[in-house]
Amino acid sequence: MSIFEYNGCALVAMVGKNCFAIASDRRLGVQLQTIATDFQKIYKIHEKLFIGLSGLATDAQTLYQRLVFRHKLYELREERDMKPETFASLVSALLYEKRFGPYFCQPVIAGLGDEDKPFICTMDSIGAKELAKDFVVAGTASESLYGACESMFKPDMEPEELFETISQALLSSVDRDCLSGWGGHVYVVTPTEVTERILKGRMD
Amino acid sequence: MSREAMEMPPKGGFSFDLCKRNDMLVKKGLKEPSFLKTGTTIVGLIFKDGVILGADTRATEGPIVADKNCEKIHYMAPNIYCCGAGTAADTEAVTDMVSSQLKLHRYHTGRESRVVTALSLLKSHLFSYQGYVSAALVLGGVDVTGPHLHTIYPHGSTDTLPFATMGSGSLAAMAVFESKYREGLTRDEGVKLVSEAICSGIFNDLGSGSNVDICVITKGAKEYLRNHMLPNPRTYISEKGYSFSKKTEVLRTKITPLREMVEVIEGGDAMEE
Repeated sequence: MSIFEYNGCALVAMVGKNCFAIASDRRLGVQLQTIATDFQKIYKIHEKLFIGLSGLATDAQTLYQRLVFRHKLYELREERDMKPETFASLVSALLYEKRFGPYFCQPVIAGLGDEDKPFICTMDSIGAKELAKDFVVAGTASESLYGACESMFKPDMEPEELFETISQALLSSVDRDCLSGWGGHVYVVTPTEVTERILKGRMD
Repeated sequence: MSREAMEMPPKGGFSFDLCKRNDMLVKKGLKEPSFLKTGTTIVGLIFKDGVILGADTRATEGPIVADKNCEKIHYMAPNIYCCGAGTAADTEAVTDMVSSQLKLHRYHTGRESRVVTALSLLKSHLFSYQGYVSAALVLGGVDVTGPHLHTIYPHGSTDTLPFATMGSGSLAAMAVFESKYREGLTRDEGVKLVSEAICSGIFNDLGSGSNVDICVITKGAKEYLRNHMLPNPRTYISEKGYSFSKKTEVLRTKITPLREMVEVIEGGDAMEE
């Protein structure tokens, strides 16, 4: 079994019209045994920037703690929030530093940048950035997610439609993956508000 | 957090503290992760007035296409560009690092960067990591001494050539070059030949695909033609798209309005002493 399949995860982020959505499943497992069904995988860095971390859960938590540390220092020095592009470069540098003994984590970063333009990106475990204009996926269910998002995605969706699309893509993909599921956690972020929803999914 | 984690940004370079733990996990039977590779076809050729670089735009993670339109032609200096094949993180990191070193060198010397400078910086870095930094590069540019084209292998060896190809699609592209290349090509002929070579890689090599990126560098000017050719358009999209009439079941909703940033304008009363 691969190290990435130890805990199980599904993460997806999509871009809409002046908004973005980021969604994850809620399972935490130890190989085939489920330990928790309310595990948080998407973390808030600041109001308009979220990062989802898939892969080994312990590395995800450690990496998140280090990122929060660096972001807080940045806020103290610059007296403003970090832009998503800058944050992506920071994550990439932190991951590449451990090139020969990496964190077993694949981050998905989503945020609203200058003039509230949505930004999403993902990386592999050593920091190779992959910027996309439509959607990014990560985790054990990534192959199904690629398929679901390719067909369901439409450009310039409004927040309500974006929420439906990302939820359907997530739920249908995790149904085909044993290691992720047990519900969904979706954040839809527009320039004026953040809507957090817990989805009802198959509990198997 | 332990003392070492509290140190503010380390001075750069690699950190090996997770290696022991990762080795332990591998011994326990867990497989190492696969990294994002750029399967790739990258090419370069020297024409009458300068250098033309070309690359495909597919990034793969194992057998899956992770990015359908990634950028493989990296900026090094205003007159030097570098195409990268191999592990994506390595090519990006190594080209970014040498690009900053070149910029500092330009400030230091007050002169335009030379291609051989970039070449020496890249080859010495790659050699010192003995091939573990898996980056295969095609470096091209025009400086005061004329146009130059080099290939750099992950172990640090280099070649200087009039036309070069690298990556998994290099044989397909080299076949096109070997039959059609001649000295003294014009710009349009050169661009056409490079496009043909990349297309040959895109259609015949499974690790390369999507679009063709071209970069034309001449004395004093450069043209970055991103997505110069799109030979693989997506034609099977249904116009209606998916619409979900039955709503997703939601257990809980929490709406947080984002704070309005309030501008505080200084200029109130000065404090009376």
